[in-house]
Amino acid sequence: MTQALFGQLFLGLINGAFYALLSLGLAVIFGLLDVVNFAHGAQYMMGAFAAWMGLTYLGVPYGWALLLAPLAVGLVGMAVERTLLRRLQGLDPLYGLLLTFGLTLIAEGLFHHAYGNSGFAYPVPGWLRGGVNLGFMFLPLYRAWAVGLSLAVCLACWFVIERTKLGAYLRAGTENPKLLQAFGVNVPLMFTLTYGFGAALAAFAGVVAAPVYQVTPLMGSSVIMVVFAVVVIGGMGSIGGAIVTGLGVGLLEGLTRFWYPPASSVVVFVVMALVLLVRPAGLFGRER
Amino acid sequence: MHRFALALVAAGLAAGAAPAPAAEKLSDGKVKLGVLTDMTGYYADLAGPGSVVAARMAVEDFGGKVLGKPVELVSADHQLKADVASNIARKWIDEGQVDAIVDLVSSSTAGAVMPVAAEKKRITLLSGPGTTAFTGEKCTRYNVHYTYNNWALANGTGREVVKQGGDSWFFLTADYIFGKSLEEDTTKVVKAAGGKVLGAARYPSPGTTDFSSYLLQAQGSGAKIVGLANAGADTVNSIRQAEEFGVTPKQSLAGLLVFITDVHSLGLEAAKGMYLTTAFYWDLNDETRKWSRRFFQKHGKMPTMVQAGVYSSVMHYLKAVQAAGTDDADAVMAKMRETPVNDFFAKNARIGPDGLLRHDMYLARVKAPKDSKQPWDYYQIVKTIPAAEAFPSVEAQACPLAKR
Repeated sequence: MTQALFGQLFLGLINGAFYALLSLGLAVIFGLLDVVNFAHGAQYMMGAFAAWMGLTYLGVPYGWALLLAPLAVGLVGMAVERTLLRRLQGLDPLYGLLLTFGLTLIAEGLFHHAYGNSGFAYPVPGWLRGGVNLGFMFLPLYRAWAVGLSLAVCLACWFVIERTKLGAYLRAGTENPKLLQAFGVNVPLMFTLTYGFGAALAAFAGVVAAPVYQVTPLMGSSVIMVVFAVVVIGGMGSIGGAIVTGLGVGLLEGLTRFWYPPASSVVVFVVMALVLLVRPAGLFGRER
Repeated sequence: MHRFALALVAAGLAAGAAPAPAAEKLSDGKVKLGVLTDMTGYYADLAGPGSVVAARMAVEDFGGKVLGKPVELVSADHQLKADVASNIARKWIDEGQVDAIVDLVSSSTAGAVMPVAAEKKRITLLSGPGTTAFTGEKCTRYNVHYTYNNWALANGTGREVVKQGGDSWFFLTADYIFGKSLEEDTTKVVKAAGGKVLGAARYPSPGTTDFSSYLLQAQGSGAKIVGLANAGADTVNSIRQAEEFGVTPKQSLAGLLVFITDVHSLGLEAAKGMYLTTAFYWDLNDETRKWSRRFFQKHGKMPTMVQAGVYSSVMHYLKAVQAAGTDDADAVMAKMRETPVNDFFAKNARIGPDGLLRHDMYLARVKAPKDSKQPWDYYQIVKTIPAAEAFPSVEAQACPLAKR
């Protein structure tokens, strides 16, 4: 009984780390650019595909893929910001949502056309194969690594944005871009880099996820709804909120799976509805 | 000279006139087939574009014409949605003069199209859906269930696995009509063979990609066998994660519906040792190899049983039209039932009054990487399950047509 409970909770923690990583990217982009980046799922998928393509066609190992795939997707993201998203600045965020949703459909369609749908296996790197029997559950080493890595990246991002000078610029840019520009900061470039960074974070999550799930064109759309719910619960744009809620939602799902498994896929949305009733800006969000 | 020319004209007229009566029997002067399949979703790889390729091959191999009139082929994506499928079928029949609808992968879409087609006297040739009821209580006069059904899968894999000592089961089930029916059919077989079922974890499908928590439930159950009552990408993911979480090799997996494209994307390392039941394997004999290599050249992948079934069913249909001399659905169905299927896909197989094609199935075991000698060399055929054992008897089916 307790074994099963701890097993499910542990799994929840693993999922939660993924949610946190993905919702962090969304929160950064929304917080700084006011863009509801619906393309996040597609960028996650492209990250996984970039890793898979690198390995299959060029022999790029996993370690390098962790660096190169986010870089590639980040560049694509920056191009998208420069050419398309920038034109929507100052408009209702709804336009950004529609644009990025459209881009998602195109990206998924292209990958689907080229690679079919059942996807490809991305092998777990040799040094992370196998697992440990913890008594209450069998912990695959790779999953443990994924949790550690995701949390480390999350904390680093939080630190940069909340505690460094660069982060201060970024936060200032969201409050008053004109003023910041007057201080000689290249605000448009900063926005481009920020969007690129958000896209790269999604791609990074994709690379981490590749060995766990199949690399498929639709892998993004299956996770993005939950991640959006996480961001809404945590408060749109709140960095800390995204991380804490991501982990919390993962754990909550784990608990639900233990008590009543069929409810586990909807529990997130129930919580979202409840939170919105009580705190429309989310748990950690501020009213705008 | 004059008389000679006259004779020639007369002969020409006679020759021209001869096929005319037959041609008139083709409604609207042609035979039109519609491949209605999943072009983009979870089953696109195992059916989808490959099914269209297979149907086109059949039409070409037949010569592109039947009774001197052209055979046309159209295809569409039903997006795995029942309403989309029945709308397309209705449009095809009412406006497009489609005579037969082929493939119909996924039970929800097949279940929606069958009554529409039957009402309008058009033939459905199912290759892909598994629900056994299509030739049972939901059978129609104009339907042929061609490639396999859940009963055959449950019996093939279920019975054999129990026989090999796997007598306690836990199911991982895709929570919709197909998965539940497969779980139900297999449960019956396992119990009948003396095994017991300890429980099931049903997950929402489509949409689940992380099976770890369901696998933990399976692990906690202590069952010897984890039966996968799912298909396509779900099967692939659950097998990979079962390996990751150390479910295998302590417990064994039994894939109730596994396609060769699934094994291809899993890789042999993750899939090795698994039992599965299939209607077709490309590397079975010279005939299957010959056809499959041609298919491979056009499609870039080896055919699944669904795609091979599409080819065979289209061929059988066209032959029946030829033999009946008409595309009238009643006459064609009668010919299709009367004539055994004899090709690379099935030998001496017959379509019963319930619409089920009964043919041999194969129990296969996935090879270990070291035993695979060439690309797509994945299965070792453990045994051939004769048609009479592989499928339910006509009497055992609840189809009212068969009772008369």
